[in-house]
Amino acid sequence: MNLLRELFETLRAFVAAVGAVTLFLVRVLGQAPRALVRPGLIVDQVHNVGALSLVIIMTCGLFVGMVLGLQGYDLLQRFGSEDALGTGATLALLKELGPVVTALLFAGRAGTALASEIGLMRATDQLTAMEMMAVDPIRRVVAPRFLGGAIAVPLLTVIFISIGIFGVQLIGVQQFGVDTAAFWSQMRASVDMNDVLEGVIKGCVFGVACSLVAVYEGYTATPTPEGVGRATTRTVVISAVLTLILDYMLTAVML
Amino acid sequence: MRSTRAVEISTGLFVLLGFAALFFLVTQITNRDLSLNGGASYEVYAEFDNIGSLRPGAAVSMAGVTVGRVESIRFDQDIYKAVVRMRINSAYDRIPADSDASIMTSGLLGGQYVGLTPGGEDTYLADGDRIEFVQDALVLENLINQLVANFGRRDGRDDGSER
Repeated sequence: MNLLRELFETLRAFVAAVGAVTLFLVRVLGQAPRALVRPGLIVDQVHNVGALSLVIIMTCGLFVGMVLGLQGYDLLQRFGSEDALGTGATLALLKELGPVVTALLFAGRAGTALASEIGLMRATDQLTAMEMMAVDPIRRVVAPRFLGGAIAVPLLTVIFISIGIFGVQLIGVQQFGVDTAAFWSQMRASVDMNDVLEGVIKGCVFGVACSLVAVYEGYTATPTPEGVGRATTRTVVISAVLTLILDYMLTAVML
Repeated sequence: MRSTRAVEISTGLFVLLGFAALFFLVTQITNRDLSLNGGASYEVYAEFDNIGSLRPGAAVSMAGVTVGRVESIRFDQDIYKAVVRMRINSAYDRIPADSDASIMTSGLLGGQYVGLTPGGEDTYLADGDRIEFVQDALVLENLINQLVANFGRRDGRDDGSER
C-alpha cells in the first residue's frame, strides 16, 4: 500500500514537472517577441553558447568522423565494399551522430553554464532585484538565453557534420586509399535532401529541448550553493536522456 | 564598445560558418544537379514485368553517364506491369526512339538503375514517349533456380549416357 502511494506520488511529481516545464516554455515564448526587440542580448548569448562552443564541437566532430572512417573502413572491407564508406559514414553523421553528439556536448558545455549562471542570479537575488525594478527576468535573462541556445544548436550541428565528413575523408581516402571519386560520387548518389533535412530538424528540436531544460533548471534552482550545483547536474542528465528519447521518436517519425 | 564589436564579429563568424556548413551539406553531398534545372527535361516511360528493387530517384544512364532520373514507379493493373516514368535532361534530346531500357545493378551493394542502350532509328525520344524494348531486372532467386535446374538436367543426362 505504501509502495503504491509512493509510486503514485512519483508519478504525480513527474506529471507536475512536465506541466511546469510546459507552462515555463509558454511564458518564455510569450516573452520571446519582446526579447527580439533587443537583439543585442540574443547576439551575446549566441556568442556565449555558440561561438565559444565552436572549438570543442569542431574537435569532437573531427575525431568522431575519423573514428567512423576507421570503423567504417574495417567493417566495409570485410564485405569488399570500401567504396560505400562515404555513403555510410555520411548518413550516420547526418541522421544520428551529428545531432545527438552535438546536443550532448552542448548540454555539457553550454547548458551547465546557462543553468549555473541563472541559478546563481537566483541565489544572489539578482532576479528578485530585477522584479523589484519592474524588469521581467524572463524577458531580460531567460528568453535571450533560450533563443540563443535554440539558434546555436542547429548551426553547431551542421558544422559538426561537415567537419565529421572531412574527418571520414581524411581517414578513408588519405590513409586507407579509398578512391576519392567513388567516395564522393556514391555519397552524392545516395544521400538526398531529406537526409540533410532530418539532421537539421533534429538539431533544431534538440536545441530547443536542451536550452529549455538548462534555463528551466537554472530558473527554478534552490537558491543555495547545493541547489545551483544540483540544478547543473540535473541539466546534463535530463538533457542527455531527453535528447536520446526525442532522437528515437524523431527517427521513428521521419524514417 | 570595443568588446561589443569583438562579440559581434565572433558571433557573425560563427553564424556564417554554420550557414557555410549547411550550404556544403545541401549542395555538395546531395544529388540535386538534375532537378535544379527542373524545366529543361522531358519525360518518357517504359513498362517492365519486374523492376527488382528500382526506386524513384534512381539514375537513368547511357554508357555509364547519368542522363536522367526515375520520376515515379507504379503498377498498372490492366497490363500487370510496372510503369516506370523517367525524367531525362533536355541536353540529351537525340536518343533514338527504338532505344532499349534495361534495369541493372551497380556494384554488389549498389542500387539499381535504368541503363539505356541506343537503337538505330532516325526518330528521337520526345516527351511522353514509350520505350518499347525493355529488359527486366535480374532477380537473383530466379537466376539461381534456372542454374540449379540446368545443372540438375545436365547431371541426369551425363549419368544416363555413362550407363
